[in-house]
Amino acid sequence: MDKLSIGGCNLDSRLLIGTGKFPNKDIIPKVVNECGTQVVTMALRRVDLDSKNDNLLDYIPKNCTLLPNTSGARNALEAVRIAKLARAMGCGNWVKIEVISDNKYLLPDNQETIKATEILAKEGFIVLPYMSPDLMAAKRLVEAGAKAVMPLGAPIGTNRGIRTKELIQILIDEIDIPIIVDAGIGKPSDASEAMEMGAEAVLVNTAIATSNDPINMAKAFSMAVKAGRLAYTSKLGRKTRFAKASSPLTGFLNEGEE
Amino acid sequence: MSFYDIYLKYKKFKYEEFFKGLTRNDILRVLNRNKMDDLDFLTLLSPLAGEFLEDMAIKANKLSLQHFGKAILLFTPMYIANHCVNKCTYCGFNIDNDIRRKKLSMDEIEKEAKYISKKGLKHILILTGESKRDTPVSYIVDAIKVLKKYFNSISIEIYPLTEDEYRQVINTGVDGLTIYQEVYDERIYDKVHLAGPKKNYRFRLDAPERACKGNIRSVNIGALLGLNKWRKEAFMSGLHANYLQNKYPDTEISISPPRIRPHVGIFDDVYDVNDRSLVQYILALRLYMPYLGITISTREDKYLRDNLIPLGITKMSAGVTTEVGGHTQSNKSDSQFEISDKRSVKEIREIIISKGYQPVFKNWMDIGVK
Repeated sequence: MDKLSIGGCNLDSRLLIGTGKFPNKDIIPKVVNECGTQVVTMALRRVDLDSKNDNLLDYIPKNCTLLPNTSGARNALEAVRIAKLARAMGCGNWVKIEVISDNKYLLPDNQETIKATEILAKEGFIVLPYMSPDLMAAKRLVEAGAKAVMPLGAPIGTNRGIRTKELIQILIDEIDIPIIVDAGIGKPSDASEAMEMGAEAVLVNTAIATSNDPINMAKAFSMAVKAGRLAYTSKLGRKTRFAKASSPLTGFLNEGEE
Repeated sequence: MSFYDIYLKYKKFKYEEFFKGLTRNDILRVLNRNKMDDLDFLTLLSPLAGEFLEDMAIKANKLSLQHFGKAILLFTPMYIANHCVNKCTYCGFNIDNDIRRKKLSMDEIEKEAKYISKKGLKHILILTGESKRDTPVSYIVDAIKVLKKYFNSISIEIYPLTEDEYRQVINTGVDGLTIYQEVYDERIYDKVHLAGPKKNYRFRLDAPERACKGNIRSVNIGALLGLNKWRKEAFMSGLHANYLQNKYPDTEISISPPRIRPHVGIFDDVYDVNDRSLVQYILALRLYMPYLGITISTREDKYLRDNLIPLGITKMSAGVTTEVGGHTQSNKSDSQFEISDKRSVKEIREIIISKGYQPVFKNWMDIGVK
């Protein structure tokens, strides 16, 4: 399968996973191995370098790229601070910007996200901003230096699928950097759908972490992402609302040609 | 606009008539709704809804997983002083109670902090009684400076402050406030608070909002269950949380549902709140506000606490003592109340894991932005 390129890094896996909602941390390396993900996101606010048993970083396989996120940030300034702390704590220079000032629906604040992206990109971070799918905001994120754009399919944790499909399709069609669908993906077929639409990757947490068997669910997502990507690169057949009759209406134009 | 206006709106509400008018269909209709209004919430608190606890629990479990995943945040309280000028009939720290009073020095606070942090806890809640003479804001500020060296998140459960004072403690390093109205019914409030600054109902009621204005990150409120009929107090607590969340959308709002525990000088006039009622309250809160934090303390016994985990609890205290200096000192003070769940942090960590949940010790840190 073709590789995913983000910020000069080529990745075989197009499935990114989150770590926030698992029943225990021991399961995280097993999930990572089973689905072959190469990018793992974690809330920096949950990272505890001092803890012997509960340091989240100890559970993420070393060959994965860490994608610390700025969960808890309520504005650009807080997101920038958290990103810098992440780098200082040895989490590398990738960062997923999450700026959320709405505790009810956890919808991102695009305006503050653009501000944080601009500041952090200038400081050499590989910035992947989480956003509400909006074309103008996505364009501004590109201008601000984002290396991928991560629109939500539905609010975080809802497992409701790609409810923002039309808007995400516009981003896929118009934005030249990778579109990674993040949030809302509730089942493998949702992941396939996003990939068939032309998304470069998807990020999944809740659907894997809160299933009864996270390891096998991760495997199912991995297969679905691959299937969706293969379908996209193989060019899906045209969809039409009407059947095509074997005696075409314009057939008379060809009569007598032979 | 203050939450007091909402309190007044329901002050003369005919709860019993409303409950009598409900049918089983009303309960089922509310259970099928995604977004609930105030009276939907009250419907779930009704005696009739008490017959639908399993249906409520199934939905509450799903909503909790969606919003919080399989994670429970652990914290512990640290009592730093118990001097108090109030006469609250339900509290062991009542000025009239002849108990050992104590106020920790900064060295003693540091000693407690070292001991607690070694157990892996990163979120601390500091408590005092209400005495601006013995434990002024400057004392709280000094304590915060010491605790910052050992903990990632510091919450306070002290007397209500002015907005400027909240800003002062927040700027020093506090990110969370716990303050219970104790009882929302103003008449009962006046009756159980015999004397002292706590008699000022409105000043306490508006305290969480003043902290929100001061840009606090999280606020935990609630009523002390047992001082009034629980359904009314549960209703007001939920409406208060909803009011704050709507007005301050970036603040994490939580509720605790504490039940009165035995303590020095306890009074007899306590309304019964049984386990079924407590569970109904927690479930109704989760359905009404799916994003709400719900905190359960060691006031409850281990059997109940363990079984509440999948129903929507997001935060639990662990390794608790309610005595001043209770973690490290031999000459500690008398306690505020008796705790039920006396298990260690390690034991609680293990039980959470065995329930298929992840104990979270750190969920915030000082990022240097106030």
